[in-house]
Amino acid sequence: MTNPIAPDAQAASRMPVKRRPGVLGLLLKRPLAVIGLIIIAITVLGAVFAPWLTAYDPNEQLFDGLTLEGAPLPPNAAFWLGTDLLGRDLLTRILYGARTSLIIGVVANGAALLIGTLVGVTAGYFRGWIGGALMRFTDLMMAFPALLLAICLAAVFQPSLWIVAMVIALVNWVQTARIVFTETSSLAEREFIDAERTIGAGTPRILFRHILPHLLPTIIVWGTLGISTTVLLEATLSYLGIGVQPPTASWGNIIFENQTYFQAAPWLVFFPGAAILALALAFNLVGDALRDILDPTQRGRA
Amino acid sequence: MTAAADTSSGAATAAPVMDNPVLSVSGLTVSVRGDEGERAVVSDLSFVLTRGETLCIAGESGSGKSMSSLAVMGLLPQPQARVSAGSILLGDLDLTTLSEKRMQTIRGNRVAMIFQEPMTSLNPVLSIGRQLIEAIEAHTSLSGSPARARAIEALKAVRIPEAESRLKQFPHELSGGMRQRVMIAMALALKPDVLIADEPTTALDVTVQGEVLELLRDLQREQGTAVILITHDMGVVAEMADRVIIMRNGRMVEEGTISDIFERPQVDYTRELLAAVPRMGAGRAAMPAQPDEQVKPVAVAEVHDLHVRFDLHGGFFGRVTRRVHAVEGVNFSIAPNETLSLVGESGCGKSTTAKALAGLLPYSGDIAVGGRNLAGLSRDERKAVRRDVQMIFQDPYASLDPRMRVGDLVAEPLLIHGIGTPKERVDRVAALFERVGLTADQMERYPHEFSGGQRQRICIARALALRPKLIIADESVSALDVSVQARVLKLLRELQNEFGVAYLFISHDMAVVENISDKVAVMYLGQIVEMGTRDQIFDNPRHPYTKRLIEAVPVPDPARRRARFARLDSEIASPIRRIGDPPAKLQLLDAGGGHLVAAH
Repeated sequence: MTNPIAPDAQAASRMPVKRRPGVLGLLLKRPLAVIGLIIIAITVLGAVFAPWLTAYDPNEQLFDGLTLEGAPLPPNAAFWLGTDLLGRDLLTRILYGARTSLIIGVVANGAALLIGTLVGVTAGYFRGWIGGALMRFTDLMMAFPALLLAICLAAVFQPSLWIVAMVIALVNWVQTARIVFTETSSLAEREFIDAERTIGAGTPRILFRHILPHLLPTIIVWGTLGISTTVLLEATLSYLGIGVQPPTASWGNIIFENQTYFQAAPWLVFFPGAAILALALAFNLVGDALRDILDPTQRGRA
Repeated sequence: MTAAADTSSGAATAAPVMDNPVLSVSGLTVSVRGDEGERAVVSDLSFVLTRGETLCIAGESGSGKSMSSLAVMGLLPQPQARVSAGSILLGDLDLTTLSEKRMQTIRGNRVAMIFQEPMTSLNPVLSIGRQLIEAIEAHTSLSGSPARARAIEALKAVRIPEAESRLKQFPHELSGGMRQRVMIAMALALKPDVLIADEPTTALDVTVQGEVLELLRDLQREQGTAVILITHDMGVVAEMADRVIIMRNGRMVEEGTISDIFERPQVDYTRELLAAVPRMGAGRAAMPAQPDEQVKPVAVAEVHDLHVRFDLHGGFFGRVTRRVHAVEGVNFSIAPNETLSLVGESGCGKSTTAKALAGLLPYSGDIAVGGRNLAGLSRDERKAVRRDVQMIFQDPYASLDPRMRVGDLVAEPLLIHGIGTPKERVDRVAALFERVGLTADQMERYPHEFSGGQRQRICIARALALRPKLIIADESVSALDVSVQARVLKLLRELQNEFGVAYLFISHDMAVVENISDKVAVMYLGQIVEMGTRDQIFDNPRHPYTKRLIEAVPVPDPARRRARFARLDSEIASPIRRIGDPPAKLQLLDAGGGHLVAAH
């Protein structure tokens, strides 16, 4: 026993023994993740401090916000991102709109992920009649038209942002549930889960300590993909009168209001579109970095 | 030794070495690009292969033996690996300079290859006939019915019964041995000059291994194909080789004829490798049987009339139509400080028995641990009793959660059963690490940062953490290199002496079993056909199946090459039966001194 597998012992000792830095520390070492974090921070700060960042009111139709012919103004010194069809400052509306869009993109989308993961994991791990029932219900929801559900809910409750968030959460969890189900059922067959059972691990420990961490990459990818689609879905719903009511701004409805004037006033679509893109990209970059950091087998392989 | 074998080995030694080399490799260096730049995985390998010769390349995992053969085939993993120096001459053709397109006409046609795992190297959605005929059509001018005739001829050559009807079958419908024969048929259908067989029998059962090796030898004799056989198993080397190359860390450390290597090894490494090979008979010399104690202590585990059956659903309504009778009425008991080995071939129910005992499968019958029957206990009581039974799996990498640090993994059983404070747990884990031959500072690492042998040590530490009375080792050393295997077996024996733990040792390898067991039970189709002490089983095997198993083990001694191996051309009987048609129970009779044998 004096010489346990010599070459490997050497390889192991070459690696410097040091304290592993925390997740945030590792995140800050990746330039792309830092860019993502900065964009997210700007968006959040912009939404929170909107009243202090701009001199205009988001809903005020400014007298000098339109040309003499009544056309919107392109970006200029007074209105950095130009004005919209009613003469409102676009920058101000994007800042205030971030409040709505963040709630939809992060909260509603996050709720969808949570529901989807819970359903998928439960169905995938327990199988049997519980799994069957849950997955058939998932199929049912998949076949259910989102707009119809939204209209029904809006008829019962007051139309508001929270209805939209709820609808998005209720509609978007199905894909996550399907994918998490498949992954969980294959994970549950892996030998290390059997090994956990032989040392007496209970179901909660297996689910939360040994299965959930393996699902993180999938959940992160689906979460970031969901941000841009949900922001736009909110616009659709608002357009139908279910979500936020005009004149309240959201990135989605700014695009929606103005897309017919895309050729005459391209900035009205370009800037909010760029904001959605940047936010989705930022979450994607951070998500990618997190996935690599949280996966020990990827560590040190940039 | 029969005359046939004599003439073949005689012919090989008589043939002048320089006469007509089919393949000559000189100065071959294969480099792989990694994180730290390019690294040579094979350096400066040279050898010459003549017609009708069998060259064995032997070495442990990571020695570069597979990489060299892939280089000959032009199948190095792209884009990381490349041939960075040397030449591979097939006749007058340098294979290293050929384009991929030219290589395709050579591959299969003049140089063919058989891989380790026949299931993964056959396309599962195409019938074997289609795959065979496609290979023939791609390389010859034959097509249609002549190609089909050639395919049938090839299947007949590898002694597949009812060759014609087999053409329509899919890979999953065949057993492992049959699949490997199909692979050989495919490789030899085109009468290649060189056949490379990369661990062709490693994934097969011992009795099937014997058949496949003999088949290879026969076909080689008939067709004069030169064979490069890559293996880690010195028993297979002794059985097959004319010449041997021993590789280590990408370099050839020794080359010689079979008798040179086995009788007069020149290099220390070769000697070590040969010494590490488990040999039948060596176990008894090293560890004499303990005298039978008259006072029987309480058994740590007692299994009585154990049944495990799986229902197969079929038909339109998904009714249970057939049943897998995985374990059918198994009885045994294990005393403290004793090793009981359960041996048999794949599908015989030995792993199922282990899993039922470890609480991973529902069963019927009685399992008592430390005198307490598990059936009558509440959940919490059962959890407490189960502490005494721990398990080590075959593949240590698959049985460790890759996302957890190994220290946490070893501490986990303590945490689950609420033993000690966090500080005490860390100390105990550190002590366990030291005990199994690792260091305490490795606790912070993840499973992928260790080698196979080290990972298995981690699994052993984990199984030991709760101080169990019984450890189930399910093929725990089968996936390890021989030298690592020898060290892990030694560790297991040391731990047994130290902690008085009993082992249920599950294996298909009779040589390993002979080295570690006190008692042996042989399983076939879910039932025990013979059980007794190690000496009873190995000195005086009574059941024909036991005899067959012992006979099938390749002996690492070229002087004792087996001539003929009793062949079994039919498929192995299946444990799947229709409802209402349970298998007949075997009656075990005492053949003297507790040596139980099934009537046959």
